[in-house]
Amino acid sequence: MALMKPRAILANTLVALLTALTIAPLLYMVIVSFMPRGESSNPPTPLWPSHWSMENYHELLVRRLIDGAWFDYRIVPALFNSIAIAAISTLLGLLLTVPAGYAFAKLRFRGRERLLKILIASLVVPGQVAMLPLFLIFKQLGLVNSYAGVILPSLAGIFAILFVRQATLAIPDEMIDAARIDGASEARIFVTIVLPLLTPIVVTLALFMFLGSWNDFLWPLIVLADQHLYTLPVAVAAIAREHSADGELMMAAAVVTTMPVLLLFLAMQRYYLTGLLGGSVKG
Amino acid sequence: MTRQERAAWLFSAPVLAIIALVFVLPTALAMALSVTDYSIYALADWANLRFVGLGNFIDLFSTPLFWRAIGNTALFALLGVPIAIGASLAVALLLNDATVRWKPLWRVLLFAPDVTSIVATAVVWRFLFNERSGLINRALATVGAAPVDWLGNPHTSIPAILIFVTWKIFGYNMIVFTAALSAVPQDLMEAARLDGAGHWGRFRHVTLPAIGPTLLLAAVMSVAGFLQIFAEPYVMTLGGPAQSTTTILYFMFDEGFKWWNLGQASAVAFVLFLMILALTMFQTWIGRRYEWL
Repeated sequence: MALMKPRAILANTLVALLTALTIAPLLYMVIVSFMPRGESSNPPTPLWPSHWSMENYHELLVRRLIDGAWFDYRIVPALFNSIAIAAISTLLGLLLTVPAGYAFAKLRFRGRERLLKILIASLVVPGQVAMLPLFLIFKQLGLVNSYAGVILPSLAGIFAILFVRQATLAIPDEMIDAARIDGASEARIFVTIVLPLLTPIVVTLALFMFLGSWNDFLWPLIVLADQHLYTLPVAVAAIAREHSADGELMMAAAVVTTMPVLLLFLAMQRYYLTGLLGGSVKG
Repeated sequence: MTRQERAAWLFSAPVLAIIALVFVLPTALAMALSVTDYSIYALADWANLRFVGLGNFIDLFSTPLFWRAIGNTALFALLGVPIAIGASLAVALLLNDATVRWKPLWRVLLFAPDVTSIVATAVVWRFLFNERSGLINRALATVGAAPVDWLGNPHTSIPAILIFVTWKIFGYNMIVFTAALSAVPQDLMEAARLDGAGHWGRFRHVTLPAIGPTLLLAAVMSVAGFLQIFAEPYVMTLGGPAQSTTTILYFMFDEGFKWWNLGQASAVAFVLFLMILALTMFQTWIGRRYEWL
């Protein structure tokens, strides 16, 4: 045991150092966001603010009157857009995919196996292939530049269906059959028997959907033209490409974009990390 | 139709209809679009649309920037997969060590970058990579190294983005490998130890065969991920300097939504699709091979 001690110290120190190194960029992002304007661009790079300042957040979030015209970075609208889009995507996504996943696991219907094969096979096709024609279809349907245009593609949850199906397969058929014999309707069976058993999986899936929608970038970038509809990543990318010199301002924008989901993840990490492994099991 | 069948269709038809509209139909149309000269003129009036056969592909293959994008993307994958998988495995092995305490805490913190927005963290890393005032050059200066213009030099732009990407994604496979490592047979490990096998010998002959399939699968999936790099160059380098970080998707986005050459861009998408398809077939082949073993 005495021989093991140096090794234990080494391993623990190494893990702690690696973790510190991994968290450092996020920590530094928060620190710089509170630095007075321009402080971070003067070498040697400061590691700590000379005084803690809210001016970056004020500049970023508050609408101001400049030369008689209202100006703002549209981060507050983007925050609302991101919250609304992620919330609607998640709710509708669950509503659509959870019953479907259950149907594919437990209900007998003609064509089920063939449809399942097609769904699994279609996971091969990268989403970007569909994006160009999808843009044209949405243009015809008048969905370009709207919430619906961003949300609708995120509802095609093939992965989510397979994920729910995988979890539902573990529910014993006897429970469902017994309810059927008692005369319960299929909808009632789903709501009162299956859904309670699936709750942890549904929470995990909701997290995946919310974070996926929140962080989604390429499609919102394509389909949203109006700055008032930008989600946070699209808005931040637009500011970043124009205001690359304003380190403190950009860090404040990054904090607003990352912190909500980071806190959500930290609060729900158990659901997220176990779900990750469930998802890596093949469909 | 039985009662069960009716319920099944009621439960699954809505989402299947959406999948058909936003995924199946556009994917099929992508093939059609790639043999047309769909451009800003056709966007204004469909009458301007013409069939060009393989013209887009022929054009594409004679465009130097397309080959540059393929080369850059290949470089990203070739360098990025070993680095990212290596990092994930190293950290997973370290976390797997019996002497390490507070494992759940480390796991969560090490995974945290994976849940952040690529755009936001790319902005952060662009700031860290700044030549004059970035934290990375400051750290290098403490060991006496000269400042590096990470994102401004075509030779360091891809390595710099890869450092960022590795930081962002290694946590995912770390979790996957941690699970695989916990399934390594401990009696075999003990037997190898009693037979006098050292650390490397046990890793090579016990651990590696046990986690081999997981490792290969992760590697193939990482290649697919690296083939789809877009947001990183879009935010950090705008595809530059000297087009050194223009990737396939970046090229497709510019062709399609900057120049509105949607026909040409569809041809790019099609090429990307074929690459990922080939990769998946390779993955399935690996899967079969390992099941025979």
